[in-house]
Parts: sequence; C-alpha cells; structure tokens
Amino acid sequence: MTHYAFHFDGSRCTGCKTCALACKDYHDLGLGAAFRKVYEVTLGDTTRQADGTFASTCASYPVSVACNHCADPACVRVCPTRAMGKDEATGLVAVDEGRCVGCGYCAMACPYGAPKVDRERGCSVKCDGCAERVERDLKPVCVEACPARALDFGSVEAMRKRGDHASIAPLPPPAHTRPSLFVKPSADARPAGDPAAAVVNPLEVI
Amino acid sequence: MADTTLSRRSFLRASGALGGLAAAGGAAAATDSLFGAGVARADAQPEERTVWGHCAINCPGRCALKFHVRDDEVRWVDTCTSPNADFDEPQPRACLRGRTYRRWMNSPDRVNYPLRRVGKRGEGRFERISWDEALDTIASELRRIIDAYGNESIYLSYATGVSATTARTLPRLMNCLGGYLAGYGDYSAMQMQRTIPLVQGMTGFYGSTLNAAEDAELILAFGTSPVETRQGGAVSHYDWVRLRERTKARIIYIDPRLSDSAMGRSGEWLPINPGTDAALVAAIGHELVRNDLIDKEFLDTYCVGFDEDTMPESARGQNRSYKDYLMGTGYDKVAKTPEWAAPITGVPAERIRELAAQVGSAKPLFVVQGWGPQRRSNGEMNCWAITMLPLLTGQVGLPGTSNGCREGTYSLGLRSIPAGDNPVKASIPVFLFTDAVEDGRRMTALNAGVQGAPKLDQSIKCILNYAGNCLTNQHGNINRAHDILADESKCEFIVVWETALTDSAKYADIVLPDLFRFEQPSMIAAGGDTAYLIAGQPCTTPKFERRSLYDCLADLARRLGVEEQFTEGKTQQEWIEELYEQSRAKDPELPSYAQIQNQGVYLRTNPRGCTIVHEAFRADPEANPLTTPSGKIEIYSETLAQIADAWELGPDDVIAPVPVYTPGFAETDIPTESYPLRCSGFHYRGRVHSSWGGVDVLKEVNPQELWINPSDARPRGIAAGDVVRVENDFGKVELLAKVTPRVVPGTVCMAQGAWHDADMYGDRVDRGGCINTLTTHRPSPLAKGNPQHSNICEVKKA
Repeated sequence: MTHYAFHFDGSRCTGCKTCALACKDYHDLGLGAAFRKVYEVTLGDTTRQADGTFASTCASYPVSVACNHCADPACVRVCPTRAMGKDEATGLVAVDEGRCVGCGYCAMACPYGAPKVDRERGCSVKCDGCAERVERDLKPVCVEACPARALDFGSVEAMRKRGDHASIAPLPPPAHTRPSLFVKPSADARPAGDPAAAVVNPLEVI
Repeated sequence: MADTTLSRRSFLRASGALGGLAAAGGAAAATDSLFGAGVARADAQPEERTVWGHCAINCPGRCALKFHVRDDEVRWVDTCTSPNADFDEPQPRACLRGRTYRRWMNSPDRVNYPLRRVGKRGEGRFERISWDEALDTIASELRRIIDAYGNESIYLSYATGVSATTARTLPRLMNCLGGYLAGYGDYSAMQMQRTIPLVQGMTGFYGSTLNAAEDAELILAFGTSPVETRQGGAVSHYDWVRLRERTKARIIYIDPRLSDSAMGRSGEWLPINPGTDAALVAAIGHELVRNDLIDKEFLDTYCVGFDEDTMPESARGQNRSYKDYLMGTGYDKVAKTPEWAAPITGVPAERIRELAAQVGSAKPLFVVQGWGPQRRSNGEMNCWAITMLPLLTGQVGLPGTSNGCREGTYSLGLRSIPAGDNPVKASIPVFLFTDAVEDGRRMTALNAGVQGAPKLDQSIKCILNYAGNCLTNQHGNINRAHDILADESKCEFIVVWETALTDSAKYADIVLPDLFRFEQPSMIAAGGDTAYLIAGQPCTTPKFERRSLYDCLADLARRLGVEEQFTEGKTQQEWIEELYEQSRAKDPELPSYAQIQNQGVYLRTNPRGCTIVHEAFRADPEANPLTTPSGKIEIYSETLAQIADAWELGPDDVIAPVPVYTPGFAETDIPTESYPLRCSGFHYRGRVHSSWGGVDVLKEVNPQELWINPSDARPRGIAAGDVVRVENDFGKVELLAKVTPRVVPGTVCMAQGAWHDADMYGDRVDRGGCINTLTTHRPSPLAKGNPQHSNICEVKKA
C-alpha cells in the first residue's frame, strides 16, 4: 500500500504550462476543461523615481497545481452520493461517474478548485493522478512532461523528504485538507494566506 | 477518441466506486479495485502503436514527439521521457506546444485541399481545386514569369515553419529551373549576425554553451529569456533551469521585462529602458577604466582599437578608440559617466557603479545576450556594445566565460538535401522583400545591402512561400505589406504551402495543403548543452488531399521537365537515408540507419563537457587567428568605418567603427507627445513566432496581452483584463491589458506572433493583437534587418 503525492519544485518551475497541456491532451480535454493549472503570483511595484531611474520591489512566481489527493479530502467529505472516493491502496481521489449526480458540492468544497462539474456529462471531473499509468510504474503525464523537471510524484514519504507541506500562496494553508503535495518554494514565494500574494493571471486559469 | 473516452470512463467508474467504499470504511478489496483485472484502459489496447516524430518549427528545440496511434488516428502525443529523469538525464521533452499537436493537425481550419483564390488578396476567400489544376497553373505561371522577367523575379520568401534534412527542396527545384532571387539573413538575429562576425570572426557569432557558466562567479543576462525562447526539455529552457540550480554565480537579468526566466528570483532583475544596453555598458566601461579594472594585457594581445596602442594605421592619432568614446576624448566628447547613463537607461548611477565593481572583480564573468537587444533600429551597435564587457576584463576564452553573444549549442552535423547552384547571384536582405516587390530596380549594394551584384535588375514578380508567415504577419508594417502584395500588377503570382490558413496564406493565388513533418518520413538534429537527433516516420497515412512538399515538387518538376534532375530517382525516404549515411561517414559514432529508425531519438553529451567560445584563440592567438581582417577581436572596425563612408545612409542610420550608444530612429525609438510609450515584442510560451497561433487550447491559457505598468495604466483608466487599443502611425491593434509591475514604466510589451486579424478592406484595426501592425518596414542601418522591438505608441481603453 503506497499513498502517493506530488512534489512541486517552485525553484525550477518557469510557469510554461506544459504540465497542464500535456494533461489535457492525454485526458482528451477540450476548451474550458483542465485538470492542472498554473497560477502566476505577482506582487510589489516597479516605479520610476523623480530622477527618472527605476526602483522595483516586484516579486513574481508560478505555482502549478492539480488535485492534491488530500489525506482529508474536502470533496469526499461533502459528497452526498459517495461518488467521490479516496482509494485505500493508493490514496488517489477519484470520482465514480455512475454515482455522481453533478451537484457540485465537491467543486465548492475543494480549496484547490480541483473538481469541476462537466455539465455535458452530468458529473464531476478531476485529476485522477493518472492511476492507470501509476499502476504501470509510470508517473502522471504532467510529471513526465515537465521540461524543467519541476514536478515529481511518488510515495508520500518520499515526496515529504523533498519539500515542505504545500504552504505557499496562493494555495490555502495545508491544515484544511492535508494535501498530498510537497513544495520546494522559490526565493520569491510567499506563505499561504499572505493577502498580498494574489493570483494575477485569472484569464489563464481554467 | 470515442472508444478511448469510453474505456477510461468505465475504468473511472470501477475505481471510483470502490474508492467510495473505501472512504466509507469498507476497504477490503480496494487494492484490487484500482488496479484489478477487467478494467479497460485507454493506452494498453493491443492495436495501439507508437511512432516517433519531431517538432519541426523554428524554436529551434525540435523536440521528440511520440505518437500513440490507433486506427490510423493519433490518440495522444507523448514525448521522449521517463519517470525518473532529473538533471542528470537530458531528454528532448516536447513543450506545451508540442503536446497540443492534435488540436492543430485535426483542426477544422486545417488546409486539406489545393485552393485557388477567388477574392482579393488578403480577403481569405478561396475555392477548392484539384492537384492537377493547381500544379498545371503553377507550372505555366512559373514558365510565363521566367520568360517575361527572368529568374531574378522569382523569390523564395524567408520562412521558418518547417525544418528537417529534406525540408528545403524549393531552392533545389528552382535551381533546376535556372535559379531564383535568394534572401540572406533572417528575422531572428539579423543585426547580430551581420555585425559580430565582422568584429569577432565567424566563430564568434554564438557564445559558449550555457553549462560553461556553471563555473562563473557572475552571470550577466542581457535581454534574454532562455526558458521562453526554447522551451523544450533538452534546450535552453532545461539548460537554464539546471544552470540556475547548479551554479554559485550571481545572476543579473538586464531587461525591460521581468521575464519568465527570472520568475521566482525577482531580486536578480535589473530593470532597464529598452534599447539602451549600449549606454549601460559604456558607463560600466567608463568606471572600469577610471578604477583601473580593465585587463590591458588582454586588450593589447587579443584585440584592436580599445585604446590608441592598438588602433589600426588608418585611424591612429584621431581619438577614435573605444576608450576615447568612453572617456569623452573622442566622438561626441561626452564622458560616459554613470550620471550620463542613468537617465537614458533608467538604472540609478549608484547601481551602475556597483555593477562596474562587480564586473571588474568577477572572475570568471559570463556575459550572455538574447536576440532582443539586437532586433532594433540601433541593434547593430547595441548588441556589439554588450560584447565589450567580457573583453574589457579579459573574460573570454577561459573556463566559465563567454563572449557576450547568445549561448552556443552542441550539435550533430546532419546533412540536408543539396540545393544545387543558383545561377542568380544577387541576393537581398530578407527583410527588404516588400521593397523588391514594389521596385526592386531601385535597390543597390549601397542603399539596400544587395549582395552578389551591384544592384537588382528586376522586381519580384512571383513569391513561393513554403511554411512561412513573413509575407505579412511576421514582417514589419503589415498595412504597408498588404498594400504592396494586394497590388496584383506588382507581384503577379504567389504560392503558399501551409497546414493552416495563416495571414500570409490569404495573399496566395494558390494554397497547397502540406503534411506536417511527422506525417511523412523526416529527420532532424538539434541541441542545447546536449546534442540530439530524431528520426521520424509518418504517424498516420496522409488525410484528405494533403501531400508532402517533396512529392508535390517532384510532380511540379515533371511538368517542368526537370524531374530526374530534381529527384535523382529517389524518394524522400531514400534521400533521408542517403543524407544520413553521408553524415555518418563523417561521424562514425552515429548509430546505423536501421538503428536510428528503430530508436527514434539519439542523444550525445558534449565530450568536452561544455563549449567555450574563443578557447583556441585565447590559448594561442598566433596559431588560431580569427577570421576578422586583423585576426583579432576588433573593438575598432576598419570594415565598419569603410561601410559607413561608402553606403547611402538615412537619418539616424548610425554605423560607427566602435560600439557607441545611439538612440535609434526618431520615428520608432523616441517617444513623443502623441506616442509617449515604447513598445517591445517578446517570445511567448504559447507560440513560436506565429506557429501555433491558431491553436485554441493554447490561446485559451496564453491570452494575447499588453503588459503595462500600473503607473501607465492608472492615468489611462486601464484595469487588468480590459480591451485596450494600441496605436501609432503604422496602425492600430486591440488586445487585453495585463497590468503588471513586471514591465518598466514608460514601456509596454506585446508578445510577437499573434495572428493578425483585421478587415484589410475595412477599418484595418487588428483585433488579433499582432505587433507587426505597429512595426516599421524601415531596416536597421547595417544589416538592413527588422527592427521590430523599436516602436513607440499610445494606449487607450478600447
């Protein structure tokens, strides 16, 4: 029994979105659907001073996040039909499309915005950790796609050794759901909950 | 994808149901539930096969694509990867663009049949015709135009949409038919490739490989974003991220924009006004001289023209050295103090002094620039100036150093299909093709950089454009290009080969449906710190009436009576094999042809670890002289002095014999009351130039935006996400505002390559946000290259 987790190396990520688009191709997601997203957090200012020269307090960093297959998943807690479940063996959280009625509670409850209701299919959809690949000793498509080697996937124990529990903005503090996500932050990264660390690319996030 | 989706759904249903049980406490069979027998899987069905292919677009990463194919349809696009590769194992992993090929290859907008224009040029109205009719028309038009105007009137336009060892077959065909007017240079690095070989020799155009900087103490990165320009998993994206992690060097990004390469490390950003790098360098140089931090012995041994001691005979005793320029004893007689440079560059004088102290003491010093600083009206001087910093402190040709140029790459030499000899000797700078359409006979060696002949004898009457978007979209001043190309009395016949109806394709008289390189046999070599080559086979059979360029041109050659000459009796696959065997004869370490076809991807680590530019020259300058006139690095160039004397130059056309700061063209570089903002382009992660510009899923998460500083947005009432109109004397574009402190005040930035979207017979407002609606067609002084980052504009809420 191995419970799996993602690792995100914020010092390597360049925000390129290869993870998100490789995922979309593999899972055959069209416009308006994505299981992984990349936030840009930017804060501070770049100003022209009285003498015409520049001063900058700007900080900017990307954060790539999908479903974190939490130890205490909010989506599972609130699901009225028990369609959303955490697999005992792998820890991966998946939706049973046969039981799901598309009520959207999971989408509202998840602090990471991972599940979405697909109105056409009438059910929730989300990252399943590429469970069928994991079974074959592969890693999720997003992880193997990353040109910068900023993503990894493995046992919770192994990933924990390589980073802190996900506690960088714009992610919520990890205590809410105990996400299976461990992070090596970049130099610019701000702590979870820092109100100045806003997501500045809402147009790019599905 | 219907059956794939279905099988995945049943899988999800099975695992989800038991997962739900597990959560409810009934977990007995949970292990089996997720991975148990009888669960259908999308990618494990027996009939699925994988096929290697490669990206062919001008990134130039050209990464590996691994197509998962079933029932002659691509199910998903994988790449060269493995579960556990870290920085020890380079893999040419495709970037976000490569991973979206299915959306392009299966796009409803793909060109599927030969088309003939039925509307006006630029309107985009076409009708379907047969291949026979298309090729008969092209053959008869080529004959007619060659007879009437000569081979010099046929132009093969600059195009970078496709690269492979057998991609450049149009020059070969035209050489079988008596030749064509060639263009020289490119739209990427024209100013730099014209200047640097003159002053550093042919080996000096590219710098050291990026991994050479691991040993550096200080890395200065001028106008470069390696993670955005080449995004693959074994080119500069990967190389830069690995370098950042491995090196102990301090990195300083000198850029008007906090690029994605500096994200996460914003403290390393040194904001600067665009196009003013030469002024910053001059002030640093001034401080290095003043504080005696220069390496005089290096400059005397390896360079000419730093000071009077090494000036060439023709310029001696005239205060024309670079030192005279820096210290104010020559040229404009202004000392290039930090106080002089501060208001020009926007870099505080104190910061310049600090930087000079760092440059003066850092050993090794690694200076790298992208091609942004040179793609300007002052680009030749600006890019050349940046190369002064490593020279002044002798940080060239040693471990941990470079020469101030863009990073070099380690690559395998793969032969391409021979073009043959072109009987037409004249060639033009690629950026001047619209001038040659308008009136080529006005163009001379002295006013337009014509090479191979003193002047053109004929205007362009026919354009053959294979997989390129430089007729309009990527050219300067689209509105003017439209006016010239829409006039059918000037260029009488235009053929475009394409996969999508690009803006340039809308000007074609005939459009031919091309195959992607991964839909035909293909081979290519590429590299960054590591070299690789990829051998691909067609991922599916050709769909609709799409054909390979090679087969199309073989048919055309038959109609024109040169088939045997063109094909030499070989298919494209046979050419690929023959060219590969020729390459292997020179490099016996390459795997056999059968082996490379089987394995798809071959990588080779640089046996020297890294490449250090000018290493041999530094070790022994007598035995290894450069290809410059003096055999040394020229800080004063007699060649440039002669060109400046001989050529017919316009206002603000500065060609100086030493790398001076010059502001550039008044009309594109000096903000005015009407156009108070500068506007610069940059490479966008969602496109390579205009390639992928029509792919919906990429556009969705990479919107075309204008980067504008809050201090410029606020007084204009502009908020993030607003539609804004950007306007100057050349045109008007509309796009979304990204209000961000990641760009300096006074400058807006717009990613280049968005698809021009305007009613050219109506209001001409470009709602696609293509920067070239705003750029000039006037070439830079020396290279006659595209100054597409030199723009001024005003921005309003639309």
